[in-house]
Amino acid sequence: MAEVLVYVDHVDGAVRKPTLELLTLARRIGEPVAVALGNGAADTAAALAEHGAVKVLTHDASEYAEYLVVPKVDALQAAYDAVSPAAVLVPSSAEGKEIAARLALRIGSGIITDAVDLEAGDEGPVATQSVFAASFTTKSRVIKGTPVITVKPNSAAVEAAPAAGAVETLAVTFSDQATGTKVTARTPRESTGRPELTEAAIVVSGGRGVNGAENFSIIEALADSLGAAVGASRAAVDAGWYPHTNQVGQTGKSVSPQLYIANGISGAIQHRAGMQTSKTIVAVNKDAEAPIFELVDYGVVGDLFDVVPQLTEEIKARKG
Amino acid sequence: MSLRIVVTVKYVPDATGDRHFADDLTVDRDDVDGLLSELDEYAVEQALQISENSDDDVEVTVLTVGPEDAKDALRKALSMGADKAIHVEDDDLHGTDAIGTSLVLAKAIEKAGFDLVVSGMASTDGTGGIVPALVAERLGVPQVTLLSQVSVGDGVVKGRRDGDAASEQLEASLPAVVSVTDQSGEARYPSFKGIMAAKKKPVESWDLSDLDIEAEEVGLEGAFTKVEVANERPARTAGTIVKDEGEGGKQLAEFLASQKFI
Ligand SMILES: Cc1cc2nc3c(=O)[nH]c(=O)nc-3n(C[C@H](O)[C@H](O)[C@H](O)COP(=O)(O)OP(=O)(O)OC[C@H]3O[C@@H](n4cnc5c(N)ncnc54)[C@H](O)[C@@H]3O)c2cc1C
Ligand SMILES: Cc1cc2nc3c(=O)[nH]c(=O)nc-3n(C[C@H](O)[C@H](O)[C@H](O)COP(=O)(O)OP(=O)(O)OC[C@H]3O[C@@H](n4cnc5c(N)ncnc54)[C@H](O)[C@@H]3O)c2cc1C
Repeated sequence: MAEVLVYVDHVDGAVRKPTLELLTLARRIGEPVAVALGNGAADTAAALAEHGAVKVLTHDASEYAEYLVVPKVDALQAAYDAVSPAAVLVPSSAEGKEIAARLALRIGSGIITDAVDLEAGDEGPVATQSVFAASFTTKSRVIKGTPVITVKPNSAAVEAAPAAGAVETLAVTFSDQATGTKVTARTPRESTGRPELTEAAIVVSGGRGVNGAENFSIIEALADSLGAAVGASRAAVDAGWYPHTNQVGQTGKSVSPQLYIANGISGAIQHRAGMQTSKTIVAVNKDAEAPIFELVDYGVVGDLFDVVPQLTEEIKARKG
Repeated sequence: MSLRIVVTVKYVPDATGDRHFADDLTVDRDDVDGLLSELDEYAVEQALQISENSDDDVEVTVLTVGPEDAKDALRKALSMGADKAIHVEDDDLHGTDAIGTSLVLAKAIEKAGFDLVVSGMASTDGTGGIVPALVAERLGVPQVTLLSQVSVGDGVVKGRRDGDAASEQLEASLPAVVSVTDQSGEARYPSFKGIMAAKKKPVESWDLSDLDIEAEEVGLEGAFTKVEVANERPARTAGTIVKDEGEGGKQLAEFLASQKFI
């Protein structure tokens, strides 16, 4: 069976969920061979094997942390040369897309970004994209070279499928470009203890209607009652009420949870671009005419300062 | 010393309009008004700020690859304050994908001459966010992308990239390709004076032969990817909407419970 290269997104050896989803999708089109780079790369093997990786190619070097993107492209290309895969899958993070794009160019292939589904086709893998702020669904193929496809988080349910996961060290020679962009300082983001926004099953968001940084505690309390991640509209972020890393939308994160609860958010096209593919959508807004209500499965026309705390209390009571 | 900045700007259908696909499954540009991709306004803004903060002689050139109407995007950028514009226009470009677009941009940037390329973080139609990295790869220069803050001095570009896991400070020698996010700072509005001045600024027009690119390398024919199906997403079935009369939170909880979220 054809081998499929899967680029591993991990933090010091802890594999992130989107990679496990990728392994699930990769099995539809071949046998996954995982590529893990940087600090802790070898520690990823067990989780990857558990989810179907027949082989895990690892490599660590200080270059991955000290320079931007290119060292990882060099390594992925080395893996590509070693394996000659039928396709290359990369998680659709900002960095993942850049790595995938540069690899595609080097190997003379096309690239499809931000796929939300993937299936085997007669002429190679077929990728589904959700485009124009999720108002259209397209199916596309790479028709030249080896398909390089980046896949968004929450595009597949993770399925375990134990495989050999034989670990091999990859031989990597860095290109002249590898040291072009130096990372001179890095400030890791502090964990809030809440689920990762793009990976969460439930997202609770606040917008301009929340009316102040201090009021976001109402949104956080609801999120915590549901074990959800917290999102924000750009208006709330621009006002400085919540960090940009929590922004949902075209220039923020795109989320596709089982449940999205929008509070005090009007539903502008750029916000919809980031949440329209959520399975169930709920909104609380005091304006019955707000465009967000066109999207909802359930909407409450009301003041969020009344509705949200009551909802949180009720959830807590029901959960006991 | 002089510094030549090329800003890549894309002409896109208005996101607030009713965007859809044409029969050949490319973007239908006839039915929806086009404009300068809003995210490229941030690129123009940062190029102008680099120019204004520099002791060197700085020339800001805006470059677009697109149909006839794409001139509108160039005019907007010129009226914001860019010095000159290049329009790459050729019927054979219809349907070009990201790999092809990066080829045309890289060839045009080389022909124009550059020390720094400034791009947006993503277009508002294709939203790939990969063209700047592709252009850097083709030009063989460092990519310093997705910056929320950027500065240039002494032949070095520095910036901050706010990623998921960390915020990073980056640094590279010129020439380089930079892309900036919408966190980099509000873009200025063109002044009346700027709009008038833009009318007199030079706009060069190049076609594929000016860039030594064969028609087969670009367009639908040269594309590395193919869209096979494009379907409008079915409208969501109308949801339940209730007015809060004191029990709105409880009613919502009941709905969430019925859907097994609680
Ligand atoms: C290039 C570009 C990119 C963009 N990217 C993004 C993006 O990634 N994400 C994003 O969100 N936006 C983005 N925007 C901005 C977008 O156009 C909107 O301006 C933004 O989404 C509005 O945020 P909002 O809904 O919170 O605010 P508003 O549109 O001001 O809506 C606030 C809502 O809160 C309601 N409200 C007020 N008080 C209460 C109350 N007490 N109780 C209940 N409801 C209340 C109001 O009725 C209103 O509907 C982008 C714009 C551009 C041009
Ligand atoms: C809905 C949709 C989905 C698409 N999916 C894919 C895909 O999966 N794979 C693929 O290969 N192509 C795809 N395309 C085609 C792709 O959008 C175009 O090739 C486009 O010119 C470049 O990609 P982008 O718009 O994603 O640019 P991005 O990479 O998002 O743009 C980043 C920056 O590059 C610059 N730039 C991009 N295009 C131009 C231009 N024409 N002129 C000047 N500057 C420019 C701008 O500074 C812009 O801010 C898609 C197009 C659409 C409309």
